[in-house]
Amino acid sequence: MLEKITLIRGRAVPLRGKDIDTDRIIPARFMKALTFEGLGQYLFYDERFDEGGNPKPHPLNDPRYRGATILLVEAGFGSGSSREHAPQAIKRAGFKALIGESFAEIFFGNATAIGLPCVTLAPEDLEVLFQAVEEDPALEVEVDLLAKEVRFGDRTAPLSIPEAAREALVEGLWDPIGELLEAGELLDEFDRRLPYPRRAE
Amino acid sequence: MGKTLYEKVWEAHEVRKLRSGQSQLFIDLHLLHEVTSPQAFGMLKDLGLKVRYPHRTFATVDHIVPTHDRTEPFQDPLAQSMLEALRQNTKEHGITFFDLGSGNQGIVHVIGPQLGLTQPGMTIACGDSHTSTHGAFGAVAFGIGTSQVRDVLATQTLAASRLKVRRINVEGKLAPGVYAKDVILHIIRHLGVKGGLGYAYEYGGSAVEAMDMESRMTLCNMSIEGGARIGYVNPDETTFAYLEGRPYSPKGAEWEEAKRRWKSFASDPDAHYDDVVTFRAEEIPPTVTWGINPGQAVPIDGRIPLLEELPEEERPVAEEALAYMGLKPGQPIKGVPIQVAFIGSCTNARLSDLREVARFLKGHKVKKGVRALVVPGSEWVAQKAEEEGIAEVFREAGFEWRNPGCSMCLAMNPDRLQGDELAASSSNRNYKGRMGSPRGRTVLMSPLMVAAAAVTGEIADAREVFGILAR
Repeated sequence: MLEKITLIRGRAVPLRGKDIDTDRIIPARFMKALTFEGLGQYLFYDERFDEGGNPKPHPLNDPRYRGATILLVEAGFGSGSSREHAPQAIKRAGFKALIGESFAEIFFGNATAIGLPCVTLAPEDLEVLFQAVEEDPALEVEVDLLAKEVRFGDRTAPLSIPEAAREALVEGLWDPIGELLEAGELLDEFDRRLPYPRRAE
Repeated sequence: MGKTLYEKVWEAHEVRKLRSGQSQLFIDLHLLHEVTSPQAFGMLKDLGLKVRYPHRTFATVDHIVPTHDRTEPFQDPLAQSMLEALRQNTKEHGITFFDLGSGNQGIVHVIGPQLGLTQPGMTIACGDSHTSTHGAFGAVAFGIGTSQVRDVLATQTLAASRLKVRRINVEGKLAPGVYAKDVILHIIRHLGVKGGLGYAYEYGGSAVEAMDMESRMTLCNMSIEGGARIGYVNPDETTFAYLEGRPYSPKGAEWEEAKRRWKSFASDPDAHYDDVVTFRAEEIPPTVTWGINPGQAVPIDGRIPLLEELPEEERPVAEEALAYMGLKPGQPIKGVPIQVAFIGSCTNARLSDLREVARFLKGHKVKKGVRALVVPGSEWVAQKAEEEGIAEVFREAGFEWRNPGCSMCLAMNPDRLQGDELAASSSNRNYKGRMGSPRGRTVLMSPLMVAAAAVTGEIADAREVFGILAR
């Protein structure tokens, strides 16, 4: 049984920038591996380190945000390639949820399927949250998927997430493989009925 | 009320509803490559599962393949291990693998159509976002993550949510020297890189209907750059003519039956769309990017926008882009010097792309100091280009004629930019660091425009360089 993901509580890292693509989240050269292990260390590598491997000023290098479990992002996050390496790197770097304004389709699906919720706030609420976290890196943030709200300080903001994804997360059904397998012989029926490429020799 | 192709294909493949409210969708054709599949096979093993319908999965190697010297073992042991993992996994599970030297190896989105694997009315999935390419055939084709690759291997199905459909009409006739690449860059420029979120794009109108299949593939290929996971064109006689006689196309009596079935998937004339947008073909110029996402584009004779001309929410990314690209607001894009010219990728490395460039390139030379590469999309394309004398035209002009693969488009092989080199590229993404150097810069354009840049050493108008306007 998968974990039911209902409430994520922790500090947040504010990562400014619109349309941040998956090549930035995890540059292609770090995908030359047979597993996802160790990907966390390459998260935003080229933004965090110069060509000599020395750290650059970046929220993820800022000691005040060390140990944060929520990633705050802006609009269009995760555009670009289908690489699951991107949400895997985020998850393996210790993050448990993302709060943003909008997420790219494939990125959102990949993140949900590994139990990493991506929720959105109205732009004005998101901006208040960004400023609050930038002012006080110790601020505790709660992402409540049951009450459908994000709480921080004395504020409460309604969150949005597609209902199917929310259901899957809170019911512990976010990895669909078990349920897909349940279709059993129904699958054989589809396989028989639907043509597939057959090479005529 | 009629239905769209998207709805018809969806309904024909919906196995059942899942408890989350998503649908379980049957996938007719699954394509694999070496980067996003080894972890999926690993997960399968951990769960004690096997590949349920191996006859529906086809694999090739493309992202990590060196294009200069393909002698094994490769110089990069990680690349070699990825190739070997795919060999081993496909062998173990009985999956057809188009290996190096098989004659059919190539970029996964080039070989699917070329072999006739890609057919109308299909659902097609692959662990690569440019799977949208296959929509050119009237298939519902989309990129998936690695956990989903596992799901398809184990069940031939996916948990999926239905999208809205936006019809994009391109009406009229494209001007000489304007290609499908310009059309899609123009569309993304106007609808934005997030414009397609939540939508499948259905492309139509007289200009799209007039396009050959390979142009339609270019158009659908970059749907993902516009935020749409899926792009498609309704199947028609052009589609059927392309497919006839291909290795995996239906044959004999099955052919007529297949055509009837394929036609039935086309959107009905009275289909409902969630949105409709129309562009005039005559108004589309050769278009090039100036920034760090494919929506930051201008006509070749245009200027880079002034910040105040942009909507307020686009200004921060524009400033970031200008700083990264080393360009100034208001500067003409034409005349910006380039160091590298790259013709290749799943967007523009098909035989028709190379033929069109060769037609104009003959008699021209790559400017001294420019590194120019042409990387054919597949072994088949490479061989045909040799037979037709196209490869020789490129070589004589001073291009390096390479072996097939994804190459510099994402630089997982040894082909990459150095330092802050600027590349004129026929690929699909101009993201920061995309071509393998954290400071490298990419300007996207059609293959003929890349050739014009190679010849002049700067961003140039191919219509002027090759005398197309005068014809």
